[in-house]
Amino acid sequence: MKAEPVIAGIARGRVLRLDEPVSFWGGVDPASGALTDPRGARPGETIAGRVLMLPSTRGSSSSSAVMLELLARGRAPAAVVIGTIDAILGLGIIVGREMGYPTIPLLRLAPQAQAAFADGAVVAIAADGTIAIEA
Amino acid sequence: MTPILSAGDRAVLAGRDGPAAAMALRIVAETARMMGAPRLIDIASVHVDGCLYHGDSGTAFVERLVADGGRVKVPTTLNVGALDLMHPDRVNFDPARRAMARRMMDAYAALGCAPTWTCAPYQAGHRPARGSDVAWGESNAIVFCNSVLGARTDRYGDFLDIAAALCGRAPYGGLHRPENRVATVLVDASALSPALRAEAALYPVLGAWLGRTVGTAIAAIEGLSGPIDEDRLKALGAAAASSGAVGLFHVVGVTPEAPDRAAAFGGNPPREIIALTGAMLRDARAGLSSAAVRGDAAIDAVAVGSPHFSLDEFAALDRLLDGRVARAPIYACTGRHVVDRLEADGRRAALEACGVILVVDTCVVVAPILPARGGLLMTNSGKFAHYTPANTGYDVAYGSLADCVASALAGRLVRDESLWS
Repeated sequence: MKAEPVIAGIARGRVLRLDEPVSFWGGVDPASGALTDPRGARPGETIAGRVLMLPSTRGSSSSSAVMLELLARGRAPAAVVIGTIDAILGLGIIVGREMGYPTIPLLRLAPQAQAAFADGAVVAIAADGTIAIEA
Repeated sequence: MTPILSAGDRAVLAGRDGPAAAMALRIVAETARMMGAPRLIDIASVHVDGCLYHGDSGTAFVERLVADGGRVKVPTTLNVGALDLMHPDRVNFDPARRAMARRMMDAYAALGCAPTWTCAPYQAGHRPARGSDVAWGESNAIVFCNSVLGARTDRYGDFLDIAAALCGRAPYGGLHRPENRVATVLVDASALSPALRAEAALYPVLGAWLGRTVGTAIAAIEGLSGPIDEDRLKALGAAAASSGAVGLFHVVGVTPEAPDRAAAFGGNPPREIIALTGAMLRDARAGLSSAAVRGDAAIDAVAVGSPHFSLDEFAALDRLLDGRVARAPIYACTGRHVVDRLEADGRRAALEACGVILVVDTCVVVAPILPARGGLLMTNSGKFAHYTPANTGYDVAYGSLADCVASALAGRLVRDESLWS
């Protein structure tokens, strides 16, 4: 499966597939990467190190700041695969690169296509946006 | 798509205005590429959301801009910080976090931003002209700027805001483009009861419903009545921008780009028409309260002022309290532009005598201000209702301002259900 690389890069990790939009601010703990919204998707699970697949984000314009802090602390997802491109989330990754933090790929892939990847599957992402299931 | 850069942009990238401006322009140009914007445009002003402390990385970023000689090129206001600089004991940060949050706020001021520290800059004098391009952060400020002022900003995230201020440029995309500002969804509110349509508490609920229902689509609302003042539009937009990703809405006959239905839709027919019912709003209203809250539960606090309370809203709070002392504390979040006026006419002392706790420069869902033991918080703000459970650990109950005051006086939930039945 090939996704569109918006911020290209390579990554490998277990898929965490969310079926509803997430607000990074107010939805992700910037210190740990844990999902925190008790009314949101999968509260208590962590996005750190996961290939995060989700339809879109919602809400706060501070989501870029949460992404930057996750990158600075090494608690960011391994990659973000999103249905609707989100310049706010991508901005956090771009500023992370400016600050010399390790960066992650951001890819666009329609939610229907994301469904081909089971939650928990291990996938590898190539620089051209190819997502391959390893296990 | 790589945006086409002007000669001026290329000079800034090459270092003409120093390393901070060059980094700022790199960030703006990369954002333009992600958005698919063809070029950059000049902007008239900026509202910065990035001055709220979420961790040391944000402080490191802005201090880097200061060290590299950054200076804003356009008038720039600041959203809330994580500290109440007028009441240093309000926020229960440990010393290390307090110091980093303070350094962050100081660094933004050092870049030349006005220390307004408010999420309602549009009520503190920052009102760009209709049709002008600006770069605003903070979701409620963005939706108000677009919808009520008719100035044009896309939904910019933290860091793009200050980057745009340092280079005076923004991507030409999203809601900067006139064709992206026309409504596609018509919301007809005319079947709601006249009593509900007259009620201020309708607006946060309508906003919460709107955000959940339309997401990023642009709606035009018809059939509202009563005084549709800026505070009501502010409440609607804030709720819509937190429950969805709404950056612009129109109210036909009220907001500047919707003098009539044809103008709101750019001459096209609506793609979708939704006839609003009381049942839809009852669901949305229920969604603003925690599931487990009993109808007469004891409350631990009331919070108002998201977005920051205006002078008119304080006047309404004052009238409802009528000199009585509340059993539960009422946290009222606002900006210096309002506090100065409340102090000048003696109302601050009167409100505090009734149990109102003023929170300035910040608010109760972005900083640890509420007592850490948790409990039940009541609010009239759709935005507070949305963020309270995840950000404070409190359960939340939504009600009108009158409900909030009645509940604060009684120390338990008192809500007028008649409007919603």
